[in-house]
Amino acid sequence: MHSPRRSHHLFMNILVLVKPVPDPEREKDIKVDVASGRLIREGIPMVIDPESRNALEAALQLAEKSGREQSAVAVLAMAPEQARDKLTEALAMGADEAYMLSDRAFGGADTFATSYTLAQAVRKIEDEKGFVFDLVLAGTSSSDGGTSHVAVQTAEWLGRTHISNVCSLDVNDGVVRAVKRSEEVMLSFEGEEPAVIGVTRDINRPRFVTAMGIIKARKRPLTLWSADDLEIDTMRTGLVGSPTRPGRMFEPEQKRAGETIGDTPEEAAAGILRIIRKAGL
Amino acid sequence: MDFNFTEEQVMLREAFAQFAKEEIAPYAAKWDEEDYVPMEIVPKLGEMGIMGVFVPEQYGGVGLGHVERCIALEEVARYSAGLAMMVFTHHLGLAAILDYGTEEQKQKWLPGMCDGSCVCGLAVTEPGGGSDVAGLKTVAELEGDTWTINGRKCFITNSHCAGVTVVTCRTGEDEKGRPLMSTIAIEAGTEGFKPGREENKMGLKGSYTGELIMDNVKVPVSNTVGEPGKGMAITMKELGEVGRASMAAIELGILRACLEDAVAFAKERVLYGKPLSKLQAIQFNIAEIRCDYEASRLMLYNAAAMKDAGKVGAEFSMAKYFTSEAAVRSARRLIEIMGGYGFVNEYPAGRYLRDAIGCVPSCGTSEIQKMIVAGETLKKF
Ligand SMILES: Cc1cc2nc3c(=O)[nH]c(=O)nc-3n(C[C@H](O)[C@H](O)[C@H](O)COP(=O)(O)OP(=O)(O)OC[C@H]3O[C@@H](n4cnc5c(N)ncnc54)[C@H](O)[C@@H]3O)c2cc1C
Repeated sequence: MHSPRRSHHLFMNILVLVKPVPDPEREKDIKVDVASGRLIREGIPMVIDPESRNALEAALQLAEKSGREQSAVAVLAMAPEQARDKLTEALAMGADEAYMLSDRAFGGADTFATSYTLAQAVRKIEDEKGFVFDLVLAGTSSSDGGTSHVAVQTAEWLGRTHISNVCSLDVNDGVVRAVKRSEEVMLSFEGEEPAVIGVTRDINRPRFVTAMGIIKARKRPLTLWSADDLEIDTMRTGLVGSPTRPGRMFEPEQKRAGETIGDTPEEAAAGILRIIRKAGL
Repeated sequence: MDFNFTEEQVMLREAFAQFAKEEIAPYAAKWDEEDYVPMEIVPKLGEMGIMGVFVPEQYGGVGLGHVERCIALEEVARYSAGLAMMVFTHHLGLAAILDYGTEEQKQKWLPGMCDGSCVCGLAVTEPGGGSDVAGLKTVAELEGDTWTINGRKCFITNSHCAGVTVVTCRTGEDEKGRPLMSTIAIEAGTEGFKPGREENKMGLKGSYTGELIMDNVKVPVSNTVGEPGKGMAITMKELGEVGRASMAAIELGILRACLEDAVAFAKERVLYGKPLSKLQAIQFNIAEIRCDYEASRLMLYNAAAMKDAGKVGAEFSMAKYFTSEAAVRSARRLIEIMGGYGFVNEYPAGRYLRDAIGCVPSCGTSEIQKMIVAGETLKKF
């Protein structure tokens, strides 16, 4: 469904894809079950993926710039129901409403199945609202998966323009201007709404959740959808719908060995320089 | 019955913890070293909802309770007990206005106190002895509808930064010759009212502690907080239910700092080719700190939940007494675990100990707490 584009509108409708992940600061506590190849995440608290937080901040800033009252920011997550409080947290940060997709049929999804499921949910939200989101924002790469696929693949399912690795973003009159950082240069892009943008952590500094925000979140709607609520082919969701087969998983063995470089400060400095140069840093 | 925080309280704790990690943790050592009071952070504390967390929304607050207030103080004190002292005393003075003030006073002062543009204080202690509240000498005399106040307060937190200070004054005697007190709000800048000496403290830096001098200070009778003559009861209630709760929350923050730092150090430091945490003597020290932390946590939040439910007795005195002694013990244990590193100022262990010791007299010494607990116990059992 594509409604005719509203030209010259001031306010914006933005959807943010928000991913709950195991706290990356506790990364060293995540173990690999070698037999099944699965990550053992039990006991590690969930947080909103850092880049998703940046995406939400970018959405809130764009909405504020274009008239916060008339603009709307919604968040969407596919996650087990226990992560529901992470969506409440997104509401407390300032999102107006939240959608959560939770179903056993979605479990074990790779990026292909995930993006398909998310895209179907985006379509359903847009159908219900009777408009197309001007922007869908997401993190470029999550701290636990890190494939950089989901934003791009979701855009492809939806048939929309997409730009990833965006470190600066502005929208004027339906034109999206995004700056992307590559290894050597900064690249500027222009595209038309509706678009899907993957942001990076340097795009902004996310605001804090405040006590007032938490109180406001009490009144903001959080909709829970299962597979039955979506127009979806469950052969294409979850583990069954995932063509990716991860290779062998293992925990890299980290070894550190001490080395003495030189007997005098001068010798040591020269030795350290040699090592740095050799590493190409 | 369960002792868990609600989902919303957990979220609040995480939000305050995140703020503290980013806005307080990186600077806490510097504030301590330079004896610096970071006034620039106060509006941010207002924005976070920490300054007015327990104030109803109609006055610009968040509308939560004392459990949430203690959560906020614990999180701030986790990284800077000194800064937490500023926040706690602000809550203490504010609570007197909220609980006993007129509608006009609340409308006038509370919004600014919630958004962080006005810090509040409560001044009771005098050079003649903090424990002897009935013996305080600051006098307020009423003529027409104006109070004239003369006297000197000491050890007052926020002495040099408060926009409004609630001052306990002697305003007469009852028929038996016992002193009658009144609590009167004085705004900064009022003629004759000025801060005196700023104390050079051994800990709890990051907040002002100093004298307040009242030399023929004239304030309208409309600044009286609560009924004239009831100041002793008002002061004791706020010290007892807001002050001691706050001190216990700050000490709990110090305890958690000791716990987290002890575990991190014991896991990282390698001795005899293995982490320190493998030594049973170290493990026992960590177990002691953990028990002290958990017991303190239960005592405090149980008392705070009782207060929110409308009924609390000597529980805050028990929590304050136990928690302040536990914080001193735990900081000492942390220093022992760390060996020489515990004694050098590159690590915060010494600061935790200095701060913990400073908490003991604040809002009533351990002896005073034990007297209150004993008094209630002898009646009750
Ligand atoms: C960091 C800090 C901040 C403070 N902030 C404030 C503030 O904002 N507002 C404010 O009004 N005050 C404040 N105070 C003062 C504090 O409340 C007093 O220090 C405290 O009440 C003790 O009073 P004192 O220091 O005069 O000691 P004293 O009352 O002189 O006590 C000396 C000793 O005698 C003991 N003692 C006293 N009476 C008895 C008794 N009956 N039986 C047995 N032992 C007894 C005490 O336990 C103590 O060991 C602050 C203090 C500190 C350290």
